[in-house]
Amino acid sequence: MLFHSVFFYFFSVIAIFSSLMVITSRNTVNSVFFLILDFISVGCLFIMVGAEFLGMIILIVYVGAVAVLFLFVVMMLNVAEQKQSWFIGKKSTHIPIGLIVSVLILLELLVVVGGWKYKDDLMSSSTLILSDISNTHQLGLVMYTDYILYFQLAGIILLLSMIGAILLTFRKRTGVKKQSYFNQISRNPSSSIELRDVESNKGVKIDD
Amino acid sequence: MIEYLNILGSEVYKILFLLLPILVSVAMVVWLDRRVWGLVQKRKGPNVVGPFGLLQTLADALKYIFKEIIIPASANKAVFILAPIVTMTLALVAWAVIPMSEKLVLSDINVGILYLFAVSSLGVYGIIMGGWASNSKYPFLGAIRSAAQMVSYEVSIGIIIINVLLCVGSLNLKDIVLAQKELWYVIPLFPMFVLFFISALAETNRPPFDLPEAEAELVAGYQTEYSGMMYAMFWLGEYANILLMCAMGSILFLGGWLPIIDIYPINLIPSPIWMILKILFLFFLFALIKAIVPRYRYDQLMRLGWKIFLPFSLIYLVLTASFLFYFDKLPKGNF
Repeated sequence: MLFHSVFFYFFSVIAIFSSLMVITSRNTVNSVFFLILDFISVGCLFIMVGAEFLGMIILIVYVGAVAVLFLFVVMMLNVAEQKQSWFIGKKSTHIPIGLIVSVLILLELLVVVGGWKYKDDLMSSSTLILSDISNTHQLGLVMYTDYILYFQLAGIILLLSMIGAILLTFRKRTGVKKQSYFNQISRNPSSSIELRDVESNKGVKIDD
Repeated sequence: MIEYLNILGSEVYKILFLLLPILVSVAMVVWLDRRVWGLVQKRKGPNVVGPFGLLQTLADALKYIFKEIIIPASANKAVFILAPIVTMTLALVAWAVIPMSEKLVLSDINVGILYLFAVSSLGVYGIIMGGWASNSKYPFLGAIRSAAQMVSYEVSIGIIIINVLLCVGSLNLKDIVLAQKELWYVIPLFPMFVLFFISALAETNRPPFDLPEAEAELVAGYQTEYSGMMYAMFWLGEYANILLMCAMGSILFLGGWLPIIDIYPINLIPSPIWMILKILFLFFLFALIKAIVPRYRYDQLMRLGWKIFLPFSLIYLVLTASFLFYFDKLPKGNF
């Protein structure tokens, strides 16, 4: 048990420290790196309580994919300029929205912590947790049977947001040459090479 | 307390016993890579240092150790130093779950394949960090290229892994190998094996997909500003990753440590030897491809990943699932 608690405190201290660093560090890229460290330590905490599937999924989805895209965006932005327009000068619209969101999150956290008192009741109502099959199997057993509707709904919401994002960035450009693999492979010398007599001072039009 | 220290000591001993052979085999494999490359081009390759040039990598490593480490003045120093460490650590840490035989595995976890997938998807950070911290345009371009490339090909690798998992019914690497006792998955899932192999090439930034370090356009990509031991660490991490991908391929498709046929004289050969032979076979293919295929263009690479591999592996996934369901061959599992 000693080792277990040592590791628990190790990972949770890292998680808390890095989440503090996310909001305090000056350099935006550094704060994304701390966010990644936070995700990793939270994933390790999940593995420690025996939710190995969830922990691995956090590593794969959040660290391996989401945070990479975060990092991309942050690296591309000109952070110094952003700082100017956000906090200095004109009235900012970000602060009220940010306040509303953070108050909402605080209320949710209070509800969760308050509900902790009833944890034992909740635990006993679920039968699967007590059985000794691995939690990957447990998830597989309920995901496509009891919770198929919610699972599919979540999938459809994700698909919709993906299509929305593609639609927002989609633009048709004219005058762009695109390689058509089929045309390229089906070309042969007899049809693609021709001889032309060039009149002087006229030239020929190629590539139409 | 003494008890815990004893456990810790024996674990450290086991880890060293795993790490040293990997580091040595990485050095040997670099030599093999260069030798194969040379043979394809009718050259000799490294053949001077030691017998058959076997000690060439050792000599190179020695040279790197004694070179000066130069950190650019405008670089972000902490991240710059961290990047090769991250690459190398992640490349070595993944080996903890690779089973070399039924008994010989450092940690036999239930979600082994997910762990491998997670660690290989983290590998991109070493490259992004190196590219960004160098504060120079070519490394940055290389890092961006490689991040996009690795994220894209991870998607198809994930779906290919799901294909295999459907046939096994477990995420444990040992179960995956033992499920291939009758038939290696390379036969029923041959198209997936080919796709996995090509995606592994892209995932490890090997030619023909070595765009992050395309020397004609980007000097050396994300490694441009690195020198001395730090460069060597990137390089070791890269080769350890390649070996890891080969090990993953042999576990998923070539039956891991299982012998080629289970009859008397052949099954006397110990299982780790089979595993090593399979890894080396896949690595030999990697080395051959490096020598014979020209580099892809970037948009072609992206097209291949998203428009060909992804739909094809999805269709094959549906086919596999339907086949297993129709003939009632879905793994029942032990619960």
